[in-house]
Amino acid sequence: MRKRQQKTYTRLTHPLVRDSRDEPFRQAGWAEALDRAARGLERNRDAFGMFSCARATNEMNYVAQKFARVVMGTHNVDSCNRTCHAPSVAGLTAAFGSGGGTSSYEEIEHTDVIVMWGSNARFAHPIFFQHVLKGIRGGARMYAVDPRRTSTAEWAESWLGLNVGTDIPMAHAIGREIIHAGLANEAFIERATSGFEEYRALVEPWTLSLAEKVTGVPARAIRELAHAYARAERAQLCWTLGITEHHNGTDNVRALINLSLLTGQVGRYGAGLQPLRGQNNVQGGGDMGAIPNRLPGFQDILDPATRLKFESAWDTVIQPHYGLNLTEMFEAMEDGTLRAVYCIGENPAQSEADSEQAVRRLQALDFLVVQDIFLTKTAELADVVLPATAGWAETEGTTTNSERRVQRVRRAVTPPGEAREDIDIICALAARLGHDWKYADAEAVWNELRSVSPDHYGMTYDRLAEHQGIQWPCPSTERLEPTYLHGRLWETDPDRRGTPAPFGLVRHDPPVDLTDETYPIRLTTGRRLDSYNTGVQSGGFASPLRRGEYIELCPEDAERYGVAAGEEVRVSSRRGAVVAPVWIDTALRPGLAFMTMHFPDEVDTNQLTIEANCPIAGTAEFKASAIRVEKLPVATIVR
Amino acid sequence: MDLHFGDSKPTDDERAAVDALLGPPESSWEGADRTDADLRWARGGRAARDRRDLLLPGLHAINDRIGWISEGALGYLCRRLTVPPAEAYGVATFYAMFSVRPRPATVLRVCTDLACAAAGASALCAGVEAGLGPGAHVERSPCLGLCERAPAALAVRAGDPVRTAVAAPATVAAAVLAATAPDSAPEEPPAALAVPQAGQEGLTLLRRVGVVDPSSLDDYRAHGGYTALRHAFALGPAGVIREVTDSGLVGRGGAAFPTGRKWQATASQPGRPHYLVCNADESEPGTFKDRVIMEGDPYALVEAMTIAAYAIGAHRGFVYLRGEYPRATRRLRHALGQARARGLLGDDILGQGFSFDIEIRRGAGAYICGEETALFNSIEGYRGEPRSKPPFPVEQGLFGRPTAENNVETLVNVLPILTMGAPAYAATGTAKSTGPKLFCVSGSVARPGVYELPFGATLGELLRLAGVRENLRAVLLGGAAGGFVRPDELGIPLTFEGTRQAGTTLGSGVVMAFDDSVPLPRLLLRIAQFFRDESCGQCVPCRVGTVRQEEALQRIVARGGPEAAGDIALLREVGRAMRDASICGLGQTAWNAVESAIDRLGAYE
Amino acid sequence: MTVTPLGIPRRLLEFAIDGQQARVPEGSTILDACRAAGKDVPTLCEGDTLRPKNACRVCVVEVEGSRTLVPACSRKAEPGMVVRTGGERVRHSRKIVLELLASSVDLSTTPRAAEWIKEYEAKPDRFGPGAARVNEEPRIDNELYARDYGKCILCYKCVDACGDQWQNTFAISVAGRGFDARIAVEHDAPLTDSACVYCGNCVEVCPTGALSFKSEFDMRAAGTWDESRQSETTTVCAYCGVGCSLTLHVQDNEIVKVTSPHDSPVTHGNLCIKGRFGYQHVQNRG
Repeated sequence: MRKRQQKTYTRLTHPLVRDSRDEPFRQAGWAEALDRAARGLERNRDAFGMFSCARATNEMNYVAQKFARVVMGTHNVDSCNRTCHAPSVAGLTAAFGSGGGTSSYEEIEHTDVIVMWGSNARFAHPIFFQHVLKGIRGGARMYAVDPRRTSTAEWAESWLGLNVGTDIPMAHAIGREIIHAGLANEAFIERATSGFEEYRALVEPWTLSLAEKVTGVPARAIRELAHAYARAERAQLCWTLGITEHHNGTDNVRALINLSLLTGQVGRYGAGLQPLRGQNNVQGGGDMGAIPNRLPGFQDILDPATRLKFESAWDTVIQPHYGLNLTEMFEAMEDGTLRAVYCIGENPAQSEADSEQAVRRLQALDFLVVQDIFLTKTAELADVVLPATAGWAETEGTTTNSERRVQRVRRAVTPPGEAREDIDIICALAARLGHDWKYADAEAVWNELRSVSPDHYGMTYDRLAEHQGIQWPCPSTERLEPTYLHGRLWETDPDRRGTPAPFGLVRHDPPVDLTDETYPIRLTTGRRLDSYNTGVQSGGFASPLRRGEYIELCPEDAERYGVAAGEEVRVSSRRGAVVAPVWIDTALRPGLAFMTMHFPDEVDTNQLTIEANCPIAGTAEFKASAIRVEKLPVATIVR
Repeated sequence: MDLHFGDSKPTDDERAAVDALLGPPESSWEGADRTDADLRWARGGRAARDRRDLLLPGLHAINDRIGWISEGALGYLCRRLTVPPAEAYGVATFYAMFSVRPRPATVLRVCTDLACAAAGASALCAGVEAGLGPGAHVERSPCLGLCERAPAALAVRAGDPVRTAVAAPATVAAAVLAATAPDSAPEEPPAALAVPQAGQEGLTLLRRVGVVDPSSLDDYRAHGGYTALRHAFALGPAGVIREVTDSGLVGRGGAAFPTGRKWQATASQPGRPHYLVCNADESEPGTFKDRVIMEGDPYALVEAMTIAAYAIGAHRGFVYLRGEYPRATRRLRHALGQARARGLLGDDILGQGFSFDIEIRRGAGAYICGEETALFNSIEGYRGEPRSKPPFPVEQGLFGRPTAENNVETLVNVLPILTMGAPAYAATGTAKSTGPKLFCVSGSVARPGVYELPFGATLGELLRLAGVRENLRAVLLGGAAGGFVRPDELGIPLTFEGTRQAGTTLGSGVVMAFDDSVPLPRLLLRIAQFFRDESCGQCVPCRVGTVRQEEALQRIVARGGPEAAGDIALLREVGRAMRDASICGLGQTAWNAVESAIDRLGAYE
Repeated sequence: MTVTPLGIPRRLLEFAIDGQQARVPEGSTILDACRAAGKDVPTLCEGDTLRPKNACRVCVVEVEGSRTLVPACSRKAEPGMVVRTGGERVRHSRKIVLELLASSVDLSTTPRAAEWIKEYEAKPDRFGPGAARVNEEPRIDNELYARDYGKCILCYKCVDACGDQWQNTFAISVAGRGFDARIAVEHDAPLTDSACVYCGNCVEVCPTGALSFKSEFDMRAAGTWDESRQSETTTVCAYCGVGCSLTLHVQDNEIVKVTSPHDSPVTHGNLCIKGRFGYQHVQNRG
């Protein structure tokens, strides 16, 4: 194992300020730091953006979005959900009017067919995968669709190793096969969906043999999956970032949702769609309105009645238009229309695709205040740094998981130094900007949210404790709703059935960063079991599994490029280049390489990735870059 | 499954051994070279995980070819079968005949169990250890089932094919020859030599042993073979079960459970498929009757199993055969092949639309695998640890399916039941123990071997037949799990009820005579060592209790005299808990023989 | 159309425990019924998230008509069964089992072992100083948890948790046989050469402290481990979106151990390496 000097972060214990970005930080008192922050934001009232935190509590996200909307008068609020699952939310919302996964973990233990598409849940969501394993042990058959034969795929009846970015051809071919085999659920399509005829015409060209050509997967394998999914009494379709982190991520999500509409595999116990969320509260952040197009409770800003409700509740005026999402905010930094950012608990300087560009844009801001528990790379760019508490261990509140379960987080340890709770800090800033909010505690925030969000109304703190979390929707304090969403689609009464779910008419569009003779290798990215995102949290413990960043190649490619395991090579894309050692993995195939984002201080993988964004959700195409691998002039072998 | 494999690679020989069993690997994920197809599609899942039961045959394949199981070989086998290496390692280390450390290709197992110990096994061990070079490995073995020719040694030379040779009765020279040149070692005497009554009139179970050519199906048929199966087809499954029930046949493995009831219970289970398992893991020290039947009349077992399977509605049967019985394995395998070739196994047997086939699964040196549920685990590719009952095998047996498990001797009794009819069969023996019984007589007798007597003969009659010697000190009935009786108790009738009434057990039919030249405390210590060695380790009373029992007996041997009283009290307490609280029969009976020696023989007075 | 299956309704059955009528749902074990009736039956290998292994045999009870004692943890209650939990025969077996265990392994960190040894008047010393013990040195081959097989009672719980009941990693198995049987990875290699993914779910179920988190192991060695000074707070994991319940065990404002509630609908007591061990970053307090 090579000697690695992973950066370990120590907690921030005091506010840090500086007069100019050329100076080092100096410690400051809270009063001074907050005053400076208030001044910096005040002077950019019309050019403000809020980066809320997908890892902080619901209560913090609620207060943060309220700060943006009420104090700063803008809907420019977003979080890193943009870099991962925004397409899932967008796609599910477009189909069903609600952005959550439709099923629960327990249901997957009682289903018959499980499709894991672009998801290495065995590594990225290990405890969710235990529910999958329960299902498998109980007789369910699992299919894995993934360019790599991952640990997840090794559990599958059948692994389909498609080309990166050919999910739509695969999905359309499955859809066509289901239709042609007479396995479509016509009664369900008739009653609960719209746009089927257009969908049928759309997928008609995608024969199995054409799909085989485009995806690389044998027609027989695609056919088998199509039949298994359609014939199952209950089937679950799960996906992760392999679907969403594409320039057309929302289209990918729609293409998968289509399959559930075609077969009626949604809205029933055990049959549904499950996007697996990457961060502890990425679901809750959106639910709380920390996104530019929704108010708390996932209520649409464009709905006048909703606006009216919030205007009276908050005693403010709500702008009748959407704000900028994270991606758009970064673009607005470029053209100077966004000049101040309040960044809470996020690290976009390292997590954004094309990280060099992200840093440059952040540096161009007039004012940046960062609130975090560590001095992250992003915090290093700030004017004011405010030390916060760790959401999950040092504060009271709630978070919402991938199955929409709202659960209590509790304070177990005392925060270090002068670190203060996020809500406390935001309220102090709000007060300096003319809004004196009084929240006795997190529960008071939560109760305010309950009063404006019908889906959360029934979840008192007492009930959350009693039931070990409650899944939304929970409109009543008296009862619990079913564990799955959209049961309405099966109602016979058209009124109760509501809006039919539309098929998504989406077309194949290959990855933006094309491979060619100069950049012949497709680089895809993902997570490892023991590490997490940019490694700021997970770097803190001594994992025996951790081996640092490598460029993973298949044995054939290693031979072709004449590189050996452990040898450092130069990896270049059209945007940048890094040096990384080689790891050889048979899960890959010629022309396909793999890296993670876990060690940006060692190897900044995001220098290679492309910022080709999904126009609907704003998520970048982390999963498909074109690279080349070159030997270094003098070979260095690291072990 | 996302299994983890180390870096060790199999040698060509190891790979060939596994591939010879399983066929070549189908994809690179199973260990073949990578092809383009592998990069796009991989099959796995349930079908891959369902091959676990080939683990034990796979371990045998490697051990037979190489002599031990290396990391690379185990890893390759695991990859082929989708078995986690840690579990496969747990299985490999469970069995005495496997080694996960390098050892010479030739292993000589010298039996040091009761009959062989009495016949000078320790001197034999010392002799062969001195006489054999580093090219062979000597192991002290529990009973090899060759008690009529004690002392015994079994040589196994790994290779392609594996070679075995038996030296019994073994001199140092004969044992060394068997180990160094197994191919030129003298042929084992025919099975009939283990049957002093061979060829006599009036035998039922042993009537063909020594009379027919055990390799010839025609010869078997000429001596009444396959009449019973025709009768069975005429009766139908329910009719067969009725005959067997009415015959009063009970299991001969020791538990004496009514066979008809077991078959009825299995047949009536709605779950499918049903399995038939023949327990030929004859490991009780002093028992060798099943070996003699399989070596001397193997088609009888094939026919009997076919009838049993027909009765219970099974289409697949397994013979779990002791790993220490190479000749019985060869003979039975040959018989299965012949029967298959003649349409007596396979689809549509005798044109009756009934299909059935039999697989042999070899044990690998674990007494516990004679316990029915441990045997299931062993076949399924797990450690041979007993399961808790209920559920009973008739409900959830092999692969969790309804299973009838019968011992070899029990099964071959079905043939006379169906040829002579239940009433005639039941007329033999006593009212509660019907039919003929095989006894394995060894120790201090002139004519050791397997004897067939109707139930009800006395112990004295049997011993006189075998030529019991002077100075009889004790008789062990039922083997290590049985009990001792005194020389003045030879009037005990050899029936289940008679032995029970006398406060002892018939067990599997072991009758081992000891004269006063054998020191009783040594004998008891050997029994205690046997149980300590053979405890699977699953439950506390047996795992630790057998150790404490052996320690106490060691102390008594070392100290003797009045100090023994305290240790005897301790033995009683531990023995009682082992009997009451152990999971299976092994722990429950581990104290029987010692207790009987103390109480009946006054072993330490 | 809101149909959520609840499973087949379970019938109630009646039987007798120590002369009292007990009514339990079909499928309940004798142990379930004893606990419902407020009877304290000692258990070691039983685990609330695992199928009963009934290996330790300390929970045996008497069932009328049964030749041997039966394990309460695995035997299902049957209508009309007559169960006795406290007779001399039962006490004798429990006493011997405790003596056999205590004379062969170190039970010093097994909760309630000392109490039961007293209650059943077990005298482990009476097997003498020569009694064989499982003499194993603690194995510390990684920074996250320690394996001290000198304390292992071979209850199989770690194997079951690592195996097909939960984790499905199969890093460990029982190897060898009888008194020499040990929990081991393949070829008895160090953990770091094994399939282990350091989820710590084996530690979660270990009833004796043979498996312990390195933090606890080190603190015990240093004499600073003090459960009376620890608080337990249940919160939610800070990593991926699955939302696992974590119980933080805190001593002197330091997280010293992380477990998960066994009845959590998300985790059933299981965690992954990040949830179990990835807490250090909050207490890198500089």
